[in-house]
Amino acid sequence: MNWVNVIVQGVLLGGLYALFAAGLSLTFGVMRLVNLAHGDLSILAAFFCFTVADTLDVNPLLALILVLPAAFLFGYLLQRIVIEHVPRFDVLPAIVVTFGIGIIIENALLQEYSADNRRLLVGGLQTDTIKINEQLSVGVMPLLTFVAAIVVLGLLHLLLTRTQLGRAFRATSDDPDAARIVGVDHRRTFALALAISIATVALAGVLLGIRTSFTPFAGPARLIFAFEAVIIGGLGSLWGTLAGGIILGVAQAIGAEIDPGYGVLAGHLVFLAVLVVRPTGLFGKVAAA
Amino acid sequence: MSLLEVETLDSCYGDFQALFGIELNVDEGETFAIIGANGAGKSTLLTTIAGLVPVAGGRVVFDGVAIDRASVHRRVELGIALVPEGRRIFPSLRVEENLLIGGFRRRPGPWNVARVYEAFPMLEPLARRSAAGLSGGEQQMLAIGRALMANPRLLLLDEISLGLAPLVVQQLYATLETIKAEGTTPIIVEQDITQAMRAADRFACLLEGRVSLTGYPADVDRAAITDAYFGVVGT
Repeated sequence: MNWVNVIVQGVLLGGLYALFAAGLSLTFGVMRLVNLAHGDLSILAAFFCFTVADTLDVNPLLALILVLPAAFLFGYLLQRIVIEHVPRFDVLPAIVVTFGIGIIIENALLQEYSADNRRLLVGGLQTDTIKINEQLSVGVMPLLTFVAAIVVLGLLHLLLTRTQLGRAFRATSDDPDAARIVGVDHRRTFALALAISIATVALAGVLLGIRTSFTPFAGPARLIFAFEAVIIGGLGSLWGTLAGGIILGVAQAIGAEIDPGYGVLAGHLVFLAVLVVRPTGLFGKVAAA
Repeated sequence: MSLLEVETLDSCYGDFQALFGIELNVDEGETFAIIGANGAGKSTLLTTIAGLVPVAGGRVVFDGVAIDRASVHRRVELGIALVPEGRRIFPSLRVEENLLIGGFRRRPGPWNVARVYEAFPMLEPLARRSAAGLSGGEQQMLAIGRALMANPRLLLLDEISLGLAPLVVQQLYATLETIKAEGTTPIIVEQDITQAMRAADRFACLLEGRVSLTGYPADVDRAAITDAYFGVVGT
């Protein structure tokens, strides 16, 4: 069954999309920040991982030990130094600022790395597959990526529901002033939310760079897929985001199977169809404004 | 030394000045009531003490330390908790989670989740329910319980009787005695003068952002309060 194979590959790709989308969903939920630099930041992380792996001569997956804390710190400082000072009377000023940050990242990467295609090489892992039957085999790396997405979403879920920081995130999302009253320092909370968001998207960027080649301008497409996954799943629902990523991944895989040029288009069409039928997304808790 | 001293306090919302030269002292262990008509500045005074509205002039001194430049969360750490007007509980958190987040900057003290359930037994069976589904009275109890979780020395209660049935209001004010017994000093803001006078040891009346009368409920007759409340006679 060829279609089973297509759907399985789509599901695995969807895990990666969900990983891209999780951080976007978190920062929007906690601080109403629409971060247009989200995709570019993932590519920045991929390039940073490339340099670390190259300089230290280690496997890019090992380099994550350095890349993820750096991304966390970068996110924290980005919020405290730049985004915190953007007026918050509306979502628009922050959109413009993060759009600018995205352009800066793209051009800085172009300056430093040129427009060449890069790829993160992880040796045998890149091509290893697990053969399930004659028609169906699953790549080890796509499977690992999918598992990583589930683990990250699971950890985020635990963070949000079981810890004081998670409750502070949700309380701030409900009512920022009431959260301040109970003693939540909103500036620190916002910075931690962006830090976690950037760390997760850095992981997504590195896994993307192992899966496929990338250039300094690969970010915006990632941003669109991430947005689509969040919207399909519904704002405010972490597992909805996973479902949204999977639906998008499967739609792209099926589209590409029909004609290699239709993959991305099929994803967009499914996204539009969901918007028309259920504007709040499939699992959304928040009514569309 | 008073627990809270408010000295010639001015407070503004943007260009609009809401408070003019407010002078107040609240001693540890007394129940202090702030009364006044709609728009007299009662809520502004409480939110200024809590730190949500910046001090435009004058000083707020808590336990001998000037706090008017301190952040809201720093004031929670020092022992000031606010039960805001409209309750402002967190609807996407469960009832118990609302209490837990109230302890975000817990000081050591008698209040914890179990103790709050003891004071408000109605909340315990609702612990795992979403706070969004609570009745007005339950929400008010939750808002007070959430503030108590910080183990405050000073508890600012803004219009806790608003929109609630008389029986529920009675229950809430009965709990005030428990709260005092555990060592917290309450400041209540009320529009219901009778209710406020019954509960308070001492009171201040606000009129158009100024203190129009202060005293002990027993010493002041009804006519004087009415004048101070509606501004028939300026003092």
